[in-house]
Amino acid sequence: MSVPAASAMFASCADPGTLDGLSWLACYLTSGKHMAFYAAFGTVLLLLAITAPVALLFGFGGAMAARSRFWPLQWLGRAYTAMVRGVPDIVFFLFVPIALDQGIEWLRHQVKCPDWTEPVRRGSDFVVCAEAKLPLSTSAQWVHESYGFALAVLAFAVVFGAFAANVLYGAMRAVPRAQIETAEAYGMTPRQSFWRILVPQMWVYALPGLSNLWMILIKATPLLFLLGVEDIVYWARELGGSKTQIYDYPHPDWRLYYFLGLLVFYLALTRVSEAVLGRVTVRLSRGQATLAGESQRKATQ
Amino acid sequence: MNKLILGTAALALSAGMALAQDVVRLGTEGAYPPYNFINDNGEVDGFERELGDELCARAELTCEWVTNDWDSIIPNLVSGNYDAIIAGMSITPERDAVVDFSEAYVPPTPSAYAATSEDADIEGGVVAAQTGTIQANHVVDTGATLLEFPTPDETVAAVRNGEADAVIADKDFLVPVVAEGDMIFVGEDVPLGNGIGMAFRESDPDLKTKVDAAIQSMKADGTLNDMIRKWFGDEALVWGDAEGGN
Repeated sequence: MSVPAASAMFASCADPGTLDGLSWLACYLTSGKHMAFYAAFGTVLLLLAITAPVALLFGFGGAMAARSRFWPLQWLGRAYTAMVRGVPDIVFFLFVPIALDQGIEWLRHQVKCPDWTEPVRRGSDFVVCAEAKLPLSTSAQWVHESYGFALAVLAFAVVFGAFAANVLYGAMRAVPRAQIETAEAYGMTPRQSFWRILVPQMWVYALPGLSNLWMILIKATPLLFLLGVEDIVYWARELGGSKTQIYDYPHPDWRLYYFLGLLVFYLALTRVSEAVLGRVTVRLSRGQATLAGESQRKATQ
Repeated sequence: MNKLILGTAALALSAGMALAQDVVRLGTEGAYPPYNFINDNGEVDGFERELGDELCARAELTCEWVTNDWDSIIPNLVSGNYDAIIAGMSITPERDAVVDFSEAYVPPTPSAYAATSEDADIEGGVVAAQTGTIQANHVVDTGATLLEFPTPDETVAAVRNGEADAVIADKDFLVPVVAEGDMIFVGEDVPLGNGIGMAFRESDPDLKTKVDAAIQSMKADGTLNDMIRKWFGDEALVWGDAEGGN
């Protein structure tokens, strides 16, 4: 289970004290710690790629529930959006994963260790039997990290799903009433008119709100470190801080340069997102009874 | 595919072996050189890394290192995310109410102020300290304005860029910082805390007993003092000096 020591990428980097200039920089930028920094960019992108669809799913569910004529469901959908939107993200991020983690461990404890007589809560300690721990304390480090990552995705999805639910709820109401009436006149059931008429048309109304949410989600990843997931902002701060002679590569406070690098990354991500969202808007406006759809129709005549 | 199967088998095997032994997860901050820091390979390094590995070897435990933010280092211990804290944590009555400490492995060392000039006002000026440390509490008691930061590195940076007049921290942490040449020690050293120890859950006395025995054996054969001198220099306070003791 021992992790092989991340060795220097080039043989010439074996003794950094003797290097200077460009060769020092080349070795510095390829140190094991920097590799972890570069990998963190992948972590962030992966988180975004998983969280966005999951949050959208939560949002869609929330919006459908809030529209439901079955009142307990409607109440649930409304309570979800109202409560989650009203609680500060940071509180949510500290509460949900810890509560979830302890809740799951408690359930596993009930199942796996029925003979356990001592209390689970002792003062401030939360103690379950070793077999109920999740992940097991014997699990490899990557299992612990994946578990933390999964909790993070869930917390993000719950928070952003609530906002998305409100956006989608509004978008569903924005689809012209005449469209639904026409569908009903053709003999469609409410379920059919919802899936065939309302849902395909609502996205164009939801897009501005959803694109805002996406932009906020991109920038929210530093919250990850609260859950022990090391993201790019954590590494930039750690690498940029001044390093004394005890490190292989001592240097003064370079946080400015690292944060500049992050700035470029985030701006580039924003630019790409805008381009993609622009294309999606054009595609979704096609044939729609909106201003954009109408001008598209005229342009092709 | 073969690689995958092999990897899974190796994992299963190592997990099986680990189960037989008992894995102790050690939580540290990784931002407080020379006590603990993340080295350029991205691994936990420093005095406490060497000490922790030696203690685990003597207590015949399999240990694994985990890093955690200083702010949430005690909450994550009591909720069971790791089994011990080894992060340059001074033994204080306030912390002792929540966790159990091992006996000290570093004798009560002084804290010190460092600043960029000799005439820095440490009594009435702005003093930087890390949040939730004994030094931060001390600044409040002196009447100076406390400027708190989540990491030790930021407290030093605040002095360098003029945001704070001085920084207070464990002297062992500041010695290499001052050695860089642009800062000096100011004022008298301040004796704070009752030494540095490992922290355990109060419901985990077995682990504490094992580690205490290992610390005692390292004190007895002098290896602990050698380790302290290696990481903190020859002037560092060691066990057996006049001030040393629990």
